[in-house]
This record gives sequence, C-alpha cells and structure tokens, in this order.
Amino acid sequence: MTTEELIAARRAEPWREALRKSKKNKERMEIPRVKMNELDPEYRSHTRLEEVNLGLTKEQAMQEAQRCLDCPKPTCMQGCPVGIHIPTFVKNIERGEFLEAARILKETSALPAVCGRVCPQEKQCESQCIHLKTGKPAVAIGYLERFAADYERESGQISVPQIAQKKGIKIAVVGSGPGGLSFAGEMAKRGYDVTVFEALHEIGGVLKYGIPEFRLPNRIVDVEIDGLRKMGVDFEKDCIIGKTLSYDDLHEEGFKGIFVASGAGLPNFMNIPGENLVGVMSSNEYLTRVNLMDAADPDSDTPVIEGKCVAVIGGGNTAMDSVRTARRLGADRAIIVYRRSEEEMPARLEEVKHAKEEGVEFMTLHNPIEYIGDERGRVKEMRLQKMQLGEPDASGRRRPVPIEGAIETIKVDEVIVSVGVSPNPLIPHAFGGLEISKKGTIVVNEQTMRSSLPDVYAGGDIVRGGATVILAMGDGRKAAAAMDEAFQKM
Amino acid sequence: MNKIVSKEHFSANVVKLEVEAPLIARSRKAGHFVIVRVGEKGERIPLTIAGADTAKGTITLVVQAVGASSKKLCDLNVGDCLTDLVGPLGQATHVEKVGTVVCAGGGVGVAPLLPIAEAFHKAGNRVIVVLAARTKELVILEKEMRANSDEVIIMTDDGSYGTKGLVTNGVEAVIQREKVDQCVTVGPAIMMKFVAELTRKYEIPTIASLNTIMVDGTGMCGACRITVGGKTRFVCVEGPEFDAHQVDFGELLMRLGAYKNMEKK
Repeated sequence: MTTEELIAARRAEPWREALRKSKKNKERMEIPRVKMNELDPEYRSHTRLEEVNLGLTKEQAMQEAQRCLDCPKPTCMQGCPVGIHIPTFVKNIERGEFLEAARILKETSALPAVCGRVCPQEKQCESQCIHLKTGKPAVAIGYLERFAADYERESGQISVPQIAQKKGIKIAVVGSGPGGLSFAGEMAKRGYDVTVFEALHEIGGVLKYGIPEFRLPNRIVDVEIDGLRKMGVDFEKDCIIGKTLSYDDLHEEGFKGIFVASGAGLPNFMNIPGENLVGVMSSNEYLTRVNLMDAADPDSDTPVIEGKCVAVIGGGNTAMDSVRTARRLGADRAIIVYRRSEEEMPARLEEVKHAKEEGVEFMTLHNPIEYIGDERGRVKEMRLQKMQLGEPDASGRRRPVPIEGAIETIKVDEVIVSVGVSPNPLIPHAFGGLEISKKGTIVVNEQTMRSSLPDVYAGGDIVRGGATVILAMGDGRKAAAAMDEAFQKM
Repeated sequence: MNKIVSKEHFSANVVKLEVEAPLIARSRKAGHFVIVRVGEKGERIPLTIAGADTAKGTITLVVQAVGASSKKLCDLNVGDCLTDLVGPLGQATHVEKVGTVVCAGGGVGVAPLLPIAEAFHKAGNRVIVVLAARTKELVILEKEMRANSDEVIIMTDDGSYGTKGLVTNGVEAVIQREKVDQCVTVGPAIMMKFVAELTRKYEIPTIASLNTIMVDGTGMCGACRITVGGKTRFVCVEGPEFDAHQVDFGELLMRLGAYKNMEKK
C-alpha cells in the first residue's frame, strides 16, 4: 500500500467517518486555538530544572483535536520531515484513544516526546495547516504530539513497535543524537542488528548536552532511548568511531552498513580581540557544562562560571537556550546581542517570547568587536558596534552594516558565543575515500543519504552543517529506507 | 570495564595506574590522550597516555593529585573501575628521523614524554632526555627513560639528585655540547614556556604537548582553545602538540587558571 492509499484507508474507517460527521467544520473552525500551560515567568527564571511548558490536559487536547478538519489531502503531513500520519493521530486524540495516537506517532518517529517539545512546528506541519488559509491559527499539532507521547509514557503502557524478522545484518550508527536514534529505530524495525556508538558518556547527543532541562528534560529523552533498547538497539558509549575503532575495525567486526550522524563539531568564534579571555566561551561549552555535566549542581565536580552580567552573542535557538540558562544560574542581566534586528532572528518565536518573559534583555543591531579583560585575564567589558540594516544578502535577510563611530562599551563578566558550528572533523579525517565538501560536511546523495563510500550513509548536522532535531531525524529515516532497499537488492 | 589492574605510588601525590582498555591500547600512539571520569558526578579530565601493553590490553596513566578530580582518581585502588574512559584522542606525535632529539620533561609531564622518547629512539634518533623535578623523590620513570634513550640527565631544584638546576639549564648544557636537531617538551606550562624561549634563541625546532582544560575532548566545546601563531587552535582535535615557539604561553597560563578558587570542595 502506498502512503496515499494508507492515508485514505485510515480516513475511511467507520469510527473516523462518524467522528467527522459528529461536528460541522464551521463549528470546528470556531474553536479557539489552545494555549500551552506554562510555569510563571518570574518563578521559572530562577528554577533551573523545571520544564517551562507544562503540556495540555486531556480536555484541552481533545478540544484542540476537534479543530482539525481531517482533510482528505492532509498538507500538514508534507510539512513533517518524518511523515507522521498527523490527522490519524489527532483524530485518535479527539475520540479519546490516546495510546493509539501515540502508537501512530511511533510508526514514523523514534522520538515523539522530544519532537513534541523542540520541533519548530510553526515552520513545518503547522505551517501547512488548512486553518491558515482562512486566517485562523493552525491546529496545535506539536502540543498534541507532546500530549500523546506524554500520556503514553505516564500511563506505563508504552508500546514497542513491531519488529520484522531478524535479518542477521549488523549496522553501525555513529552518534546517538536525533539523527542516529531515528535511523537506529527505523533499522531495528526492519530487522537489522543495530549498534549505536557514542563518544560521550551519555546517550542522546545534543538532546542531552545541548537542549536544557527546562525545555527538554533528560528523563524524557531516556524513556525514548529505553524504547529503542526494547526494540533491540545496542548502545556503546565512550567509543569514538575514527579513534577508538577505525572504519576497518567496523568491517572486521562484521558491520555491513554505517550511518554517520556525528553532529556539529567545532564551535565557531568571531576572531575578534579578547575572545580567548577567561569567561568567554562557546555555547557548546556552557551548555555542556550545565546540561551534560550538571555543573550548577553543588555535588557535581564540574565547575561553571555563574556570571552576574552575561552577554550571549547570536540569535538562534542555542543562543536562547544559553541566555535563559544564564538567568536561571543567577544572572541579574542576561543579554542577547544580535547583529541584525529581531525580525531576522533564526530562533523560534516561542523561545524569544519565553526569554523576554524571563527578563532577558535584547540588544539587537549590535555586534561585538572586542572583549576587554582585567589584570587576571577575566572578561570585564565588551565593545559593541551598532549596526543598521542594509540591502538583503545571500540569505535573503537584510545585511547588517556598521554605523560608523557608533561604539558602545558595556560591563560583562561572562560572554557566551553562539554564532554557529562547523562540522566535526573526526569522521571526515578518519574515513579514507569519503567525499567532503569545502565546508567540511559529508557529501551525500540527497535522495538516499548515501556517501561516496557505498556502505556509508550520513545525515544531520554532519551533512547539513547546522540544522534542527527533526531534520536530522528525517535524514535518519530517509537513510534507513535507502540502506534497507540497497540490502534488499543485494 | 576500565578496571585498574595495578597501582604504584611514584610519590605522595603522584600515582601510576594501569587500566584495562584493550581498544585504546591497540589504537593509541605516542602523543595521544584520553578523557577520564570518576564517579557519576565526576568531571571529564584529559590525561596524556604514558604507555600501553597491547598483549594485556592495558594503558598506563600517571596522575598527580592537584585538584578534586585528580585526587579522586589517585584515590582509586586496584580492582576499582574508572566510571568512563574514552580515547585515544588528539593527533599522534609526528615522529621521523631528524638526528639528535632532546626530550625535556618536568613533573608528571615526564610520563607522556616516555612514549614520545621511545618513538623517536625507535625511529633511529639520538635521544637525550632531561628529567627535572623539585627534589629527588619526585623524579619519575628514570629507569624506563634510560631504557628508551641514549642518555638521561637529571636536574633537581635542590640538587638532591643529579645536577642542581632547572630543566632549561640541563637542555642548554646539551645544546652547548652538541648539535641538537629537535626538542620535545612536556610538563607544566611555565616550564614549557621557558624551554621554548631557550630553544628559540638557538633556533631549534621545538614541540610542546599542551594539557589544557577540556570538557568533551572531541572538538565540540572549545574550552581547550589556545592561540598558536596568532590563530586560535583547538588542542583536543588539532593538538595536543604544537610548535612551542608559536604557542601563546601567557594565554595558556591564564586559561589554565579559569576555574581556580572555584573548584568545588
């Protein structure tokens, strides 16, 4: 059955037809979009670990699900990189079959509780919702996804996807972030023996070291990883492919296929004076200390600077995560310094809104040009060049240009640089014959995610340079389908 | 996993640990390091590998108890396991036949210098090792160095063993005595800085192995970054060895002190 046929068949089921008829579209369209329940901003800006978004209640979720018109050609699905059967899961919520809704999510997504929290739905599924055409807000698909996944987890009745007959083919996955986990789940379902190798001491990649607890609690990631374990996926932590084990070692160990999802490696800096002063660090370092190493916990051996006046350079989601973390670690002033205007900020609107509610200051159209240290080499001030918007650049955004002579100095005791990352050079260096782009990313066929080495596929940030959780997951899913097809043909 | 199979006290604060790590033992080369973590709340700390036994599947680490984390590591006993051990990391030492190589080591830096001296010796170089310590009890690995070099010169600050003086005095004596083609230095940052200043004067190519603060050790965090030849380099993936004459040792010393006075009790 093709996907289109499956969508139609599911939509034609008697319960669903009855549900559609139970309420007129006009009535459905009049229901206002649900608002996410959130922790109080003042309270949460001082609590490090509590999640900001509290999720929907059953009643809220069932009502929001009624807003979905159950379109015959669900455009929302086209907006989903992993092709979740959105109307099917939403309608299951509407009729109160929450576990069935979760099961539908897990057909195509290895990490629904994660995606329901961190996906930019407003740019994906929700951006394609029929409601937008009539000027109404989209169905809150992301909130509903989170609701179903959370309901299943809290019910204790977690379903394990069906596993095909074992094929006896060993597959290695490099990196246990979203791309690797998505690929691992897809291959395990298809009957392959999957081992995921992780360089760090925790499984989950960016979901653990990068995204803070207040946005994505680790215990939620762990439940999803447990789900993969139940599907037979093996995890090897503290093992660096290309260092601990080479490409040849993997062959000797009998691995027939390799998926590289080693993620974004080196943090970018701006190469301005004073950038190596003590107290200036990458967002990767700051967030890894706080999230992976739990450095703000007094029992943790890892230290972290808890600045009182913290500037975060950049306007992406990682910058928002960093600045909101700084607030929670006790910063009186936590400032976003961004060289363009707020309109051009790549961060999700929700993150910007949350940051502002929590007292984060925004210095847009400012760009750091120098950091100044004290006699011990600790940052104490930064010099900012004021900018204005000029003509659009290659990215289509208006280019920021310096206003001559408009330079401002502000006091800071910690600076977190969050201006992007470059691909991790480990795998590109270690896999001889792998075609690498000028930017250092692995070159793949866009349809199959296959690299220049026939047994090596790749996805996520190591291919894209810098992307989102869900795009990495989409790559993993695509690579799994293509690798499986290649094995079928052999 | 990562079980300690032997432990030897070199001095009150310095221990040698032999740890089960068959994969690392097999793939490591001179110059590589590992990241170690002790306890579920433990810090990730980098340690340069001091040796390996591929038959036994072990690697050797020499650790000086200087802070909370290294003290935890030194307190472990035979039969205990490291919570995490990952590697080998970094770039291996570039070893070739250049002629006469002076290996200048101080403190626990002597431990990672051992496999480097051994590699240069095996490559057919004349290897002269200068070992420096504050006092006789702190001189480590002398016997092993003698077995892997042509000559070992001992320097102590107090003159209790070998010649009284600093590592630089020992190195300079060699330079004045014979033609030296390359120098390798491993030890405290301040020591390496002075070795670099000395060999710069004599225009002798010099490699320093840097031990910076790291978190992940795989290129992700940038905590280890340091200015070399005016450019920011990442010690974990591009190092740990760099041209000592290009390293900004002032910056290195400053960055090493980043978390001084805030280490947790």
